[in-house]
Parts: sequence; C-alpha cells; structure tokens
Amino acid sequence: MTTLQNTVKRPHAPIPVGKLVLYAVLLAGAVTMLVPFLWMILTSFKSVGESIRVPPTILPAKWITVNYKEVISTLPMFNLYSNTILLIFFRILLASIFSSMAGYAFAKLRFPGRNLMFGLVLAQNMLPAQIFIIPQYLMLAKMNALNSMFALVFPGLVSAFGTFFLRQTYMSLPDDLGEAARIDGCNQWQTFYRIMLPLTKTALMALAVFTAVFAYGDLMWPLIANTDLNKMTLASGLSVLRGQFTTKYPLLMAGSVLAMLPMIVLYSAFQRQFVEGIALTGTKA
Amino acid sequence: MTSTHIAQVKRASRLSHDAGWGYLMVAPTILGLIILNIYPFFHSIYMSFSETMLFGNWEWVGLDNYRKMFSDPNMWRATGNTLYFVLLTVPLGIFLALAFASMLNSQIKGRDGLRAIYFLPMIVAPAAIAMVWKWLYNTEYGLINQFLGLFGADVKINWISNPKLALPAAAIVAIWSSIGYDIILLLAGLQAIPRSYYEAADIDGANFISKFFHITVPMVSPTMFFVLIMRLMAALKQFDLVYMMITDTNPAFQQSQTLMYMFYRESFQVGNKGYASALVLWTFVIILAFTAIQFVGQKKWVHYDQ
Repeated sequence: MTTLQNTVKRPHAPIPVGKLVLYAVLLAGAVTMLVPFLWMILTSFKSVGESIRVPPTILPAKWITVNYKEVISTLPMFNLYSNTILLIFFRILLASIFSSMAGYAFAKLRFPGRNLMFGLVLAQNMLPAQIFIIPQYLMLAKMNALNSMFALVFPGLVSAFGTFFLRQTYMSLPDDLGEAARIDGCNQWQTFYRIMLPLTKTALMALAVFTAVFAYGDLMWPLIANTDLNKMTLASGLSVLRGQFTTKYPLLMAGSVLAMLPMIVLYSAFQRQFVEGIALTGTKA
Repeated sequence: MTSTHIAQVKRASRLSHDAGWGYLMVAPTILGLIILNIYPFFHSIYMSFSETMLFGNWEWVGLDNYRKMFSDPNMWRATGNTLYFVLLTVPLGIFLALAFASMLNSQIKGRDGLRAIYFLPMIVAPAAIAMVWKWLYNTEYGLINQFLGLFGADVKINWISNPKLALPAAAIVAIWSSIGYDIILLLAGLQAIPRSYYEAADIDGANFISKFFHITVPMVSPTMFFVLIMRLMAALKQFDLVYMMITDTNPAFQQSQTLMYMFYRESFQVGNKGYASALVLWTFVIILAFTAIQFVGQKKWVHYDQ
C-alpha cells in the first residue's frame, strides 16, 4: 500500500514549495554566473565617461566600438590569437602522440624498469609545475630560445597527466584484443596503431579539452618565457593591457572580450565534448 | 613438458620483443620528463642553496636562503595568505559545487541550458576573469557597490584595496570560476549512482536530507576526493587571479600576496632566483603535507566499494 502510494505520488505531485525553491536557487546561481559576462560586454561598448556615470547606465547610451579599435592598435591581436591557438595546437598534438605511445606501453607491454618509469610519471603529476620553472627558463635562455613558440610549448613537450590518463584508458581495454591482432600477424606497433589507438578516441578528445583549457588559461609561464609583446599569448597580453589602461575599464573589458572569444566559440561548438571530456578526466584519474 | 617448454620460450621471446617496443614507446615521454622535470627538480634544490652572481654564475651559500626565508616576515605572511586562501575557497567551493550538482541532477525544466551557463566561466582564462571582476569590485563605479547601494545609502566598499577584504574577494572569484569544472566532475559521479538506491530509501521513508547524507555523499565521495585534491593543489598554487587583481601598489598587497605570487616576483622581477627556489621548495613541502593528510584522512570518509 505504502509502496504503491509512493511510486504513484512521486512523479505527479512533487512538493511545489521545494521545487520552487530549487528553481529560485538555480536561477539565482545562473544570474550570478552570467552577469559578469553581460556587464563586461556592455561596458566594452561604452565610452570611458559613460562607464563611470553614477547611477550607471545599463545599456550603452551609444554603442561605440572605439574601445575595440584602441585595444587592437595597442596589442598585436593577430599575433596573440595565433600564438595562443598554435600553443594549444602543439600542446594537444604532442600530448596526444607521446602520451598515447607511453600510455599504451605502460598498460600493455612488459619490460624491465616499467614500474620505476611509471613512478616518475606519477611523481611529476604530484609536483607543482612552478618547481621546474626557473630551470626551464634558464635552459631556454641558454639555448637562446626565449620569446618563441618553442618556449611557449616547452614545458608541455610531454604530458605526465596525459600519460597517466591514457595508461588508465588502455588498462581498461581487454588484452584479448591485442592477442587477436597478434595472431592476425600484427606487430606491436600495428596492434597499437591500428587496433588499440582508435578505441581511445573519447579519451583523446578528453585529453585535448583538458590540455586546451589549461594551456589557454596559463599565465605564469607565458609571462616568464615570452616578454616580447608580439610573442605573447592572450592571457599574458591582457596583463600588458592592465598595466597600460589601469582604470579605463571599457578598454580593459574590450580586451577581455577579445581574449575570451576563441574559447567561447570553441565551447559553443563543442559543448558536449567539453563536458564529457572533463567528466572523463575525473573518472579515470 | 615440451609444449610448456615451447610456451616458456615463446613467452620469453615475446617479453624481449615487448621490451624493445616498450622502451621505444616510452622513450619520448621519459626523455622529456628527465629534461623538463627531473633535472629541473634537482636544479631547483641546488639553486635554493646558492645565489646568483654576476654573469650568470652561481655561488654555493649553504643554508643562507633558508635562513633568510624563515626569518622573512613577508614569507610567513605569504604562507598565511595562501593557507587562508585555501580555507576560503576549498570547503565552500566543494560544498557549493556539490549542492549545485545535486540540483542540476534533478528533474527540472531547462536543465541543459542551466548547466551550460554554470559551465561557462571555467573555460575562460583566469586573467580575463580577473579583469572583469576587478571592474565589478570597483569602489566608485563597480556594479557590486552600485547594486548594494540600491538597498541603502552610498555603498563604498573597498573590495580589493581593503586588506581584510581583498583575499576573500579574490576567493569569491576563484570559486565562481572553478565551480563549473567541479560541477561537471560531481555530476558524472552523481549520475553513476544507481536509481534503485534512492527508490529503496523512498520505500523506507527516508527524507531528502537523510538520502543526501546516506546515499549521495558516500557514493560520490571518490569524486569529491578527486575534486578536493585538485582544488587544494590549485589554491596552494594560486597566482593568476591575485596577480591580475591586486598589484604591488595596492594597499592590500601584503595581505594578499600568495606564495606563488611572491615566488614570481622574487625570481622574475627582483631577480633573486636562489631565494625564489627556496620559496618554491617551501611551497612544495606544504603541498606535500596537505596531500599526505588528505590521503590518510580519506580512509575515514571516502568509500571505494560499490
């Protein structure tokens, strides 16, 4: 009797007050998440004079684009975009290739020293990246390679996280698969490349998202490695803008909009991959 | 006998065959780790016992950097600031992320749209986020003070120049910008909980609160642990938001400078790389201590059995 009542009651008569509170809280949260973005966009189209009007105007009295023009004439935006995009591209490419190879070997092949080497991967994962920064900087300085794309990519030539993550992925693939391929005459490389690698597409997508979000957001390394304005990323370029326009907020907001644009576009296009990718990095690690 | 023998030989030859491919395939990664991480790690330790001299030479100074560091009030303040930042961001951040993840996991209208909104800030570079919030926090014209002004007289809170408020203000931004990421992870954990658990609890007449604490929290605890470790690490290494929002001319600077901020200034603005190396190793020790405590503590609350 009680069970019947429960199963019938639940979907049709949810406690309306509870549901109402739920919506109210979620809506308040959503507003909190969105308002900073909206305010940034609105401010970026206002004149400096209008931005400091009290009480503030919500919509710009006149939508002006002069802030964007000034940002573009102050910062080499084309370079910042291409540097950021290339940095993300190389980081993803290298992390995918090297981490796939190493992840597969650590998961599926037996060789002396395997555990020791995998221990190195785990240890690197636990260390704060800043511990490597000064020596990495000095190495680049010695090679005369500061202020270059190579310098930006440098700390991410290999990825300990990617190796660990893909090893977990390969561990979850059945060994029989490799055996079957071996019987069909595949050597180890072919087994890896033709049979196993294609099965890790979802994981590679996740690694790409993870790598992109962190490479794009990183500030300290680009600030250190590339001090030449033309070699900066969007993130480090913004810090230059901050120094230049200290309190001219419409200009700073225009710069922020421009810096956010590529990632927002990517996120809008690949929202499902972003979300699934991040979820996967959490469940595997 | 012979067949097992053959199998043994086969296995042995496969092992050596495997080994060749194994070394080849891990070579780029291991080589990279040695050059980019292992050597730099020991180099950092070496540098922490030395001082930069003219022409890029290094001089061994023994424990000088450490002596200086442990008697440097700025270092202790930066350590305190960093720990305070952890306290401000980690517990509240995880609580809010779990609360909103649970809400976004329930049957509601417009769920996908709401989720997309909550996930939005996490993809934006912290440098850009810091700029936007600095503007929102502006004392004279910022949206937050203007909004609070609607309820009373002129509100002129110095969000990021008042030494007491600057770090909490940065903490709010940190939570705001990372909550989406944590919600995604926790949602994945929540969705893995079998419906039947809740149905069984319903039959027993359990209410919302007891279901939350007796089913949701234990079942999602491995994910929470992962989020906790990630957030702890991020908070202990906090640099970008504070660096972008609170410059060294800000009156609240001393009360907001984190260890990594101090590390950055010492190494690349002051040019004191030996001292900066000691600072980064000190941060490493703190991180290690926190991680160790968490891994011991997890036994009490993280449930790995299904």
